[in-house]
Amino acid sequence: MDTILEMKNITKTFPGVKALDDVSLKVERGEIHALCGENGAGKSTLMKVLSGVYPHGTYDGDILYDGGVQEFKDIRDSEDRGIIIIHQELALVPLLSIAENIFLGNEMSENGIVNWPATFARTGELLKKVGLKENPATLVTNIGVGKQQLVEIAKALSKKVKLLILDEPTASLQENDSQKLLDLLLEFKAQGITSILISHKLNEINRVADRITIIRDGKAISTLDARGGKITEDDIVKDMVGRDMAHRYPERTPNIGTDKLMEVRNWSATHPLHPERKVVDNVNIDVAAGEVVGIAGLMGAGRTELAMSIFGQSYGTEISGEVLINGKPVDVSTVEKAIESGLAYVTEDRKEMGLILEESITTNITLANLDGVAENGVLNDGAERSVAEEYREKINIRTPNVAQKVMNLSGGNQQKVVLSKWLFAAPEVLILDEPTRGIDVGAKYEIYTIINQLAADGKGVIMISSEMPELLGMCDRIYVMNEGEIKGQLAAKDASQEAIMRMILKA
Amino acid sequence: MTDTETKSIGYYLRTHIREYGMVVALVAILAFFQVLTDGIMLKPVNLTNLFLQNSYIIIMAVGMLLVIVGGNIDLSVGSVVGFIGALAAVMIVNWDLPTVFVVPACLVVGAIIGAAQGYWVAYWRIPSFIVTLAGMLVFKGLTLALLGGASVGPFPDVFQGMSSGFIPDFFGGLIEGRFNLFSMTLGVALAAILPIIGLRSRAKQAKFAAVEEPMVVFVTKHAVAGIAILFVTYLLSTYRGLPNILVIMAVLIAIFTFLTNSTTLGRRIYALGGNEKAAKLSGINTKRLTFFTFANMGMLAALAGLVFAARLNTATPKAGLAFELDVIAAVFIGGASMSGGVGKVIGAVVGALIMGVMNNGMSIIGVGIDWQQVIKGLVLLAAVIFDVYNKNKA
Repeated sequence: MDTILEMKNITKTFPGVKALDDVSLKVERGEIHALCGENGAGKSTLMKVLSGVYPHGTYDGDILYDGGVQEFKDIRDSEDRGIIIIHQELALVPLLSIAENIFLGNEMSENGIVNWPATFARTGELLKKVGLKENPATLVTNIGVGKQQLVEIAKALSKKVKLLILDEPTASLQENDSQKLLDLLLEFKAQGITSILISHKLNEINRVADRITIIRDGKAISTLDARGGKITEDDIVKDMVGRDMAHRYPERTPNIGTDKLMEVRNWSATHPLHPERKVVDNVNIDVAAGEVVGIAGLMGAGRTELAMSIFGQSYGTEISGEVLINGKPVDVSTVEKAIESGLAYVTEDRKEMGLILEESITTNITLANLDGVAENGVLNDGAERSVAEEYREKINIRTPNVAQKVMNLSGGNQQKVVLSKWLFAAPEVLILDEPTRGIDVGAKYEIYTIINQLAADGKGVIMISSEMPELLGMCDRIYVMNEGEIKGQLAAKDASQEAIMRMILKA
Repeated sequence: MTDTETKSIGYYLRTHIREYGMVVALVAILAFFQVLTDGIMLKPVNLTNLFLQNSYIIIMAVGMLLVIVGGNIDLSVGSVVGFIGALAAVMIVNWDLPTVFVVPACLVVGAIIGAAQGYWVAYWRIPSFIVTLAGMLVFKGLTLALLGGASVGPFPDVFQGMSSGFIPDFFGGLIEGRFNLFSMTLGVALAAILPIIGLRSRAKQAKFAAVEEPMVVFVTKHAVAGIAILFVTYLLSTYRGLPNILVIMAVLIAIFTFLTNSTTLGRRIYALGGNEKAAKLSGINTKRLTFFTFANMGMLAALAGLVFAARLNTATPKAGLAFELDVIAAVFIGGASMSGGVGKVIGAVVGALIMGVMNNGMSIIGVGIDWQQVIKGLVLLAAVIFDVYNKNKA
């Protein structure tokens, strides 16, 4: 069997982070090669290097593909050679039809005039190939995510694909859509198309992959041969995680208060656009001083919606229920009032909703508590900077200068800025929504340490996370949420990934 | 000077290249026309005219800066200028109302106009481009309706004095052509006060953390500013003294510089424009802020309308035509970002002055209105390209 792709000693650095460190990857012609690794391990970065998103010259190392060294300047370049990447976030234009999307930038035309009959006919063939029964003229916005994924694949097929790269294609798909997609991959394999599959779902990988390369902290750890079914999920996990669970999370001796610090009673919220959908349904949760409480659940379980609707009704309509702090009902109807009542919410999307990227670290840290550095509405520059310096030291924000713009920081340091902002607002209860998403392992450990310190200082911490090991490692108690409802709770000592999954799936 | 100090000065200047680049550009353009016009440019009478001609643009640029920093735009200001001018004329000339009543009343009407537009932008999330485009048409029409298609004037002396008057020389009569000692004294006082304020704020900063701005930059900046103030006031004093409108402008610039740099309100407007969602989730009432920026803009447009009408000594249906474009251009030349969150009051003022100096200089040397437009357009484009280039390089 010959090698279609060999990536040799790839190193890619971003300001402050080494995303890839001397990674080598060998893919054989006609196989399905899986890439595994934790969030932020470097899988997507590696694929962006391959496809020319990061052009030749911005990384070190060589790409050998189809018999020669390649120096891709951009995506177009790699697409011309048959390398097609389908990103995690779909790149379709919602208000164009399926046919228009498939041939976008690659129109079937003569002298700039589109040949629509040919386009529609060809789209029909492609849709048949991927098993999608839709009219080529249907607008993409009118079909579900699973079908949109198939449109992306049809688009790839239209470009004479030799190497198909799928970045977490099933992340947002329902079970049966996922199965269909995997079957399709196997079919492509039979036709001689090589695929690289990035996925978190180990059972899927085990089902379709021939070989598996595991990446951790920007390094290629191992390549396992999965043919013959000798590889178990445990083998993969061991290489993915590296160290044993015990040392991934800092030690903490819980000192939990006896009274409830915050209590949420009968909390419900409705989808802002679909009033018939109850996104949060009669939720009751509480947290004590010094306690770290987790909320587990799948994507779309309503966890973020719960948190944001509590935090000043930032999400949803027809919100009802009661929030009590230290046993007294508080008004959380606006963000301002929620902050005054002692709440803080650290968003899951720090770039979109947490930070002002163009502004300095200082400006970001004081934003939620400007009155804390002002007198009668007049800011005190010096006080502001000393606050920033204090947090830089206390939670170890790595920067030469607090006047540095936040956009120049690494993900982990950006997250520390967001945390600093909320620490400076001096809340009683912090709701942390995916606090370690997209940051590297070392920085995660630091964030965990900060969370433990918060608990030790007598704050109540509610932690939403999609990474179950993280919840198991950090929390004293875990609520399990699904379809807008709390399905149950587990004490730390009784919790395991299986127990949580069982609770999610229990109707 | 040690090596690290030199390096930090270089770093500081590089990171603040836009602010200082603007001032350097203004001085260069002034010098360029001073030579080309054989010294007419900086003649006291021309300098006085320069301020009178551009006062209403500068007044509005200050308000427009807040609107643009907040992530919006206001296209209606030109029409509001015309409308308020017409309103003032009708109230004073046709209805014989006293100026002391009409001026504040017009400012209030302006604020209400701004608020009415801001309401739709802030609370209904209708794009400001559309709301104010509608406002532009509405108030252009209302101006015509108010004036019945004809010009109304002239205004009484008190009203005219707002834009064509000069502050009296309390130190010695009102004799024209005599050196105006009082004006000069004001200039000297201002030149002396600015560095004192600067030093005090540095001392306050130093109490908490190291001061960011290198001392050399601080001294140079204030020396240049001081000399410029003394030079300009000296020239003006040899003519008729400081124009009233210059004093009004200086006060406005001082107020809004303070507001944007040093108050929580100002900071929140920058946060709103920088990332509205993040600002909202930080407990900032973004809707009220947007509303405020528009109400404020309306009031300043009203002030500009009064000043303009006073200057022409009549309200005409054409007043204010296309002013919004000059104002918006000034703000962008001054370094504001189209997407919001970035921009400085002093930048907008310098931007307006650059446009004004070019208008004035090109007129003196006889460049036709056709080529003036072309050159101004290219300068606007060049300034914004310079911004983008700097940003990409960083």
